[in-house]
Amino acid sequence: MKMLINVPETVVADALRGMAAAYPDLTVDVENRVIVRRDAPVAGQVALVSGGGSGHEPLHGGFVGPGMLSAACPGEVFTSPVPDQMARAAAAVDSGAGVLFVVKNYTGDVLNFDMAAELAEDEGIQVAKVLVNDDVAVTDSLYTAGRRGTGATLFVEKIAGAAAAEGQPLERVEAIGRQVNENSRSFGVALSACTTPAKGTPTFDLPDGELELGIGIHGEPGRERRAMMTSGEIADFAVNALLEDLPPRNPVLVLVNGMGATPLLELFGFNAEVQRVLREREVAVARTLVGNYVTSLDMAGASVTLCQVDEELLRLWDAPVKTPALRWGM
Amino acid sequence: MLDADFFRRWMAATAASVDREAEHLTALDSPIGDADHGSNLQRGFRAVTAALEKEAPGTPGAVLTLAGRQLISTVGGASGPLYGTLLRRTGKALGDAPEVGADQLAEALRSGVDGVMALGGAAPGDKTMIDALVPAVDALADGFAAARAAAEEGAVATIPLQARKGRASYLGARSIGHQDPGATSSALLIAALEEAAEG
Repeated sequence: MKMLINVPETVVADALRGMAAAYPDLTVDVENRVIVRRDAPVAGQVALVSGGGSGHEPLHGGFVGPGMLSAACPGEVFTSPVPDQMARAAAAVDSGAGVLFVVKNYTGDVLNFDMAAELAEDEGIQVAKVLVNDDVAVTDSLYTAGRRGTGATLFVEKIAGAAAAEGQPLERVEAIGRQVNENSRSFGVALSACTTPAKGTPTFDLPDGELELGIGIHGEPGRERRAMMTSGEIADFAVNALLEDLPPRNPVLVLVNGMGATPLLELFGFNAEVQRVLREREVAVARTLVGNYVTSLDMAGASVTLCQVDEELLRLWDAPVKTPALRWGM
Repeated sequence: MLDADFFRRWMAATAASVDREAEHLTALDSPIGDADHGSNLQRGFRAVTAALEKEAPGTPGAVLTLAGRQLISTVGGASGPLYGTLLRRTGKALGDAPEVGADQLAEALRSGVDGVMALGGAAPGDKTMIDALVPAVDALADGFAAARAAAEEGAVATIPLQARKGRASYLGARSIGHQDPGATSSALLIAALEEAAEG
């Protein structure tokens, strides 16, 4: 597998140096692996800190900036960051109003963020946590590590970030983050496996003519393998799986997310099919976002995330945001 | 009696075997995880080796708590906090005695394993590192060789199990038929006790 890298060991650091050069609004600590908005801490505002394994770009570093995250901690490829990084990030962005950790539900992320919360609280920083677990592909969570956190992370970070930017207190920002998570569901499909720089070969074997349904974002195989389906058939399968789990009462935000190697031509076409299924199921669509936002290195495929919104959540979604990967209204 | 030197040798032997087996651990992690268990532990135990050289802690407990802290600070993922907690808890249980007996080590290691179970929520049979560690601790009374054999058997016994914790749990029944990488690395840690005892 050919990759545009130097050596696997420096992939994350090299990317951070490049990010720093591209976005002067961010302070990038390459050595300690913390990305902070340059104007942090912002007086009177709750700070949002997230993080996770690298390889999901633009998640999370691409979402640092006014209206969204205050800081992000990238770990090694597909490996959660360590508590020291998160505690350092919390200390850098806390204005005294407290810090909200946005944590995807993976064992490593949860354990490291829990340890980081203890470290930060020892330093007198008030910490709250929102756990994102939106992936309907994981069933009977009594016997698994629970639903994975995937596309809804973007919704939680944007909407809770907007609430923080308004100066809402920590308990309220946390409650809004939880509300977004509870009203969000995701489902992903892979057309190819991804290749981690360290391993250099695909993490699982997916022959031509087959696809994986219910994949995660770490190159872990999915729930089920089938013969290749059309874009329309995949949209039917994915949206129906989402609606089965989340009977819609309100309009939804739609995220049609690419896994990294699927071109926008295909993603837009897939979005047309997703919108058709939503129309057929009489689900009102409030806003739609199409693009590569929560990726899995070079995996081909897509995920669909729906988030039911009331007027308040929609207003916060529409609020101004200025980050490398998400930017509107300012 | 086991002194700080023994515990330093234990960590050094673990680091060496993790180096040796890194590719194998990563290969085991590939079908049911995300193919990085070997490289992650390698990074962690290299940091442990460097820290032990730099700080030269003088008691068994201090060696293990320092090692555990290094793992938490460098590994990431689930294995960082879990292995870090295992060593830190074991080290704490050993207190500041300059030397400890084999039975004290067994008792301390049991509290370390309890700490891992509490943190990760895994029980025996969930296809995790616990499946190697629990039988190893049970066998420690019969010596390091018995503990090594029990840990290795425990690791192999994870093959037919369905994972209920960690990333492999997302595969459901498809996790069956693969040896758990965490149980395999735990068996390396236990086997290194025997090497450390040989001097």
